[in-house]
Amino acid sequence: MKTEEKLAKNIIKNDKVSHITINNTICKTCKMRFCLNVCPGNLYKLIEETNEMTVEYAGCLECGTCMIACVRGAISWGYPGGEFGVQYRFG
Amino acid sequence: MEKLDVIIVGGGLAGLSCAYGLKNEGLNVLVLERGEFPGSKNMTGGRLYLKPIKPLIGDMLEGAPFERKVVRERWSFLGKDNESLTLDFISKKLKEEEHSYTVLRAKFDKYLSEKVSNSGIFVIPKYRVDGILKDNGRVEGVYVGGERLYARVVVIAEGVLSQLTRKLGMKKELSADSYAVGVKEIIELPEHRINERFNVGSGEGVAHLFVGDVTGGVFGGGFLYTNKESISIGVVVKISSLMDMYPSMKIYELLERFKDKDEVKNLIAGGNTVEYSAHIIPESGLKGVEKLYGNGFLITGDAAGFALNMGITVRGMDFAIASGFLAADTIKEAFRRGDFSERVLSGYMERLSGSFVLKDLKSFEEMPSFLDNKDFFGFYPSKMTEIFGRLVYFGEEPKERIWKTLKDWGKDFLRLRNIKTLLRVRKI
Repeated sequence: MKTEEKLAKNIIKNDKVSHITINNTICKTCKMRFCLNVCPGNLYKLIEETNEMTVEYAGCLECGTCMIACVRGAISWGYPGGEFGVQYRFG
Repeated sequence: MEKLDVIIVGGGLAGLSCAYGLKNEGLNVLVLERGEFPGSKNMTGGRLYLKPIKPLIGDMLEGAPFERKVVRERWSFLGKDNESLTLDFISKKLKEEEHSYTVLRAKFDKYLSEKVSNSGIFVIPKYRVDGILKDNGRVEGVYVGGERLYARVVVIAEGVLSQLTRKLGMKKELSADSYAVGVKEIIELPEHRINERFNVGSGEGVAHLFVGDVTGGVFGGGFLYTNKESISIGVVVKISSLMDMYPSMKIYELLERFKDKDEVKNLIAGGNTVEYSAHIIPESGLKGVEKLYGNGFLITGDAAGFALNMGITVRGMDFAIASGFLAADTIKEAFRRGDFSERVLSGYMERLSGSFVLKDLKSFEEMPSFLDNKDFFGFYPSKMTEIFGRLVYFGEEPKERIWKTLKDWGKDFLRLRNIKTLLRVRKI
C-alpha cells in the first residue's frame, strides 16, 4: 500500500498556513537529506529543477521526526493551531 | 485577572491522570488540549500495564474502554530469507490477573477526559498552549492564542516533543540518538477472525514483538497488538539508526516490508487499513530525565522522558499515569501549605523516587546503552533462526550429527565482542 493511500485514510483538518517551514538556503548545501528518509508520511520532496526542498504539510502526522533528523537546523516545526492537523480516531 | 488554581497543559494520560487526582479538592482545575478531543493526537503501540499503577489510580480506569486483555506474549526473531523463530507464551496468571490490556488512545483518552469532566474539572479541547508565562523565576501561567491565563501551578503534560519544556530551559534539544520513531497502521478484522487467527478467546489478545530483519539490522523492531476488532501493526526505529542506515531505507518502506514478511502477512491478510499514525518515543531511559519541577510548575509523562524499552517489553503509558497522580499529590500538598514554590513542589521528585517510575528507570539505567548494540538487531536474531533451520532441515546429503551442527554454529559466538556483551548482561 502506498503511503499516500494510507494518509488518505486519516482525518486531517488543514490550517491555511503550514506549521513547518524550511530554510532552503541551508537545504541547498545539505547532501544528507535525512528528511526524505525519516518522514513517515513521505511528505518531503526535492524539486529537481530548482534544487528546493518542499514539504506537503497537509498530510503531517505531527511526529516531529523531521525536526530532530535535520542536523542542519533547516526545519522549523511547531504544532498546528488548536483543532487543526491530524485527528486520530483509533490512535 | 482571576487566577486559576491549576492549569494542566495537555489532555493525554499524564495530564488527565493529574486532573483526576485533583478532583474533589475544591480546586479550580483547567486542562487544555490542542486536539479536537483528548486522544485525537495520541498514539500508542500498544498496551498498558496495570499492576504498577493500581495502588495509585483509585477508580479512574473502572469502565475504561480496553481493547483486549493480553493473555499471549509472542516474540519473533527474524533472520535472513524470511526465516523466523517465535516464542509464544501463555499463562494462567496473564489470563486471570489484570495484568495488561491493549488500548487505542483516541478512544481511551476520550473516555478518561469525559470522566474527568464529569468530576467537575474543565477539559477544553482545541486550545494550543503557545507559551509559558514566566515572571521573576516563577511560572505564572500560560499563553493561549494571545490570551494570558494565570494559575498557581502549571502542570506540563505536553508530550514527547516537549516544546514548552525546552523553551523553559528545562530540557536539552531533542537528539536523534535519544528518540525512536514509530509508525503504525490500524487494520480492521472481524472480532471472531482475530480470535481464531491468534488462538485467543473473546476479549483476549496478543502482544507480539519482532526483532531482527525488520529494521535492516539496526536499533528497532516490529510490533503487533490485537484490538477488539482491529490489529495495531507497526515498526519502531531509533532516529539516528534510520539516518545512518546504509543502504538507506525509508521508514514507510520498512513498515511495508515488515507487513510482507512470511511471519506477518497471513496475520493481517484480508484486513482493511483504516488509519496510519506516527509518533516518537523517548529511548534514553533515566538519562533522558532532567529536573522536573520549579517555582509554580511540574513536568509529567513523555515530556518528562518517562519511557522504558527493555528489549522484550516497552513501557510508557503506566509511567505517564503514575507521574500524573504523583504530580496531583504534590499539588495537594502545595495547596495545604499555601506554598507553590519549588521548595514544596520538589516533593514531586521524592514521590517519583519512591514509586516504580524512578525505581524502574534507575534499575534499568544501563538498558539503553546495552541495547545500543547492532548485534541484537541483526547477528543474534539471524543466528537463532539459523540453528533451528539447520536442525530441522533434511537435504540430499546424510544428516550431520547434532553436536557437530551445534559446534559449527556456536563458533561464531566465540568472538571477543560477544563475550563482552555477555559480561555486560550482569549490569542490566
